[in-house]
Amino acid sequence: MALGLLKSAITGATATHLPKRPALKPGYDVVIIGAGGHGMATAYHLARYHGIRRVAVLDKGYLGGGNTARNTAVIRSNYLTEESVRFYRESVRLFRELSNELDYNILYENRGQMTLAHSDSDLRSFRWRAEVNKELGVRSEVVDLAEVQRRIPHLNCEPNVHFPILGGLWHADGATARHDAVVWGYARAACRLGVEFHPLTEVTGVEVKGGKVRAVETTRGRVACDTVVQAVAGMSSEVARLAGIDLPIHTYPLQAMVTQPYKPILTPLVSSPRWHVYIQQTSRGEFVIGGGSDPYPLYQTRSTLELKEALCSGITQLFPFLAEANILRQWGGITDMTPDYSPIMGLSPVDNYYLDAGWGTWGFKATPICGVTMAELVSSGQVPELIRPFALERFYAFEQINEAGATAASH
Amino acid sequence: MKQMHCPLNGLRNIDEFVYGGEYHPDAEPTETDTRACARQVFFHHNHAGLVIEWWCHAPSSFWFLAERDTRSNTVVRTFPPSELPSGQDGTP
Repeated sequence: MALGLLKSAITGATATHLPKRPALKPGYDVVIIGAGGHGMATAYHLARYHGIRRVAVLDKGYLGGGNTARNTAVIRSNYLTEESVRFYRESVRLFRELSNELDYNILYENRGQMTLAHSDSDLRSFRWRAEVNKELGVRSEVVDLAEVQRRIPHLNCEPNVHFPILGGLWHADGATARHDAVVWGYARAACRLGVEFHPLTEVTGVEVKGGKVRAVETTRGRVACDTVVQAVAGMSSEVARLAGIDLPIHTYPLQAMVTQPYKPILTPLVSSPRWHVYIQQTSRGEFVIGGGSDPYPLYQTRSTLELKEALCSGITQLFPFLAEANILRQWGGITDMTPDYSPIMGLSPVDNYYLDAGWGTWGFKATPICGVTMAELVSSGQVPELIRPFALERFYAFEQINEAGATAASH
Repeated sequence: MKQMHCPLNGLRNIDEFVYGGEYHPDAEPTETDTRACARQVFFHHNHAGLVIEWWCHAPSSFWFLAERDTRSNTVVRTFPPSELPSGQDGTP
């Protein structure tokens, strides 16, 4: 890395990240649908740790142009169920090492995350989460109002407001990173190992014979393959339907926005389930503000004034100085909402067709561990222990992993 | 603000309406078939395109159906349950 820096300092040239779009071959060992963080992480792990390099990553758009670009870059593991905490704990650990792993700076920052309690029932659920977290080695604790104010000096902790703050759930492992850099880093490392990335290559059909996937049809022709991994959060229902698979997903937009830059005054990530709003200050000073999903399903990334107004009214209750701030950018993403707010990973009813779906509003923080576990699944055909609870089959067995409380507006 | 035509109250702001889920004309599964029950409860068409859905005008508590394009967010038509077409599965 240091040598590379020196070289580009002298020559003034930076190496291009990715090779030009290669010609599409008639067949590959593995086809990954979706060139976001999850798809590229899976490709990287297949090539780097499993010796599977005849891999094509297909995307109807461009690299990381979907929810990898649209999320609000929250990394945390303070969930409620053991299954989720184990899974996201491993993801946070991998994020810490990711810049070294990929030789690419993802600007990882361990900031800590504070979830605000506005009621006794909030505090009770935080205590529950904190105890589950501590048992599994995740750093979470319930803190009082004085500690909340100490960590977040600009937060309005006055008692004479609509929803006074009573305390918080402090999650020392909470972090953020440059979301685009995560997929760029994975893509560059994967392509150096021989993985082919094909942008502007939309999958239009999946060929299944004898219950096993044989090929995918694309806008650039047919591609034979032994295995398919679907990692297209936002479009999961429509792509799975091509293979004849039904999913328990509703697709909702989620909206966010960014203010003008300020001096660095807010270190932790802050979230308020009561106001349905969360905020963090990026390393270049802008405040990123996000909230709950739209009120009805839609496959469109449009924004609405009503939702932006709701975000503004919530965030100015918490940080009154933001009433003066200008909104610089605003956007929406489309999310796979599952009935239990947990992902759908692993086997599907079609042999060798693997699912990485149901990523609702919790996909970015799982990127590295999805790469590890999905690659292991492709390579061995065995579902790794860590993702077994997230099988599609759980809905038929009524074994949901309920994360509604720890996910809905907390991200 | 986006508006929708309520069959009872006429054109109203969208935030007066509550989304009530996909229209499923499928027969109720028998109580002993748990897989069919799970499908009925959890699985959705979630179609990107024209769908028929239940909506409620909250202030008047009036339930009706809307045909909406989930790609463009265009409401094609709304109608009371008495006009339900027979033999459709929610994805016309």
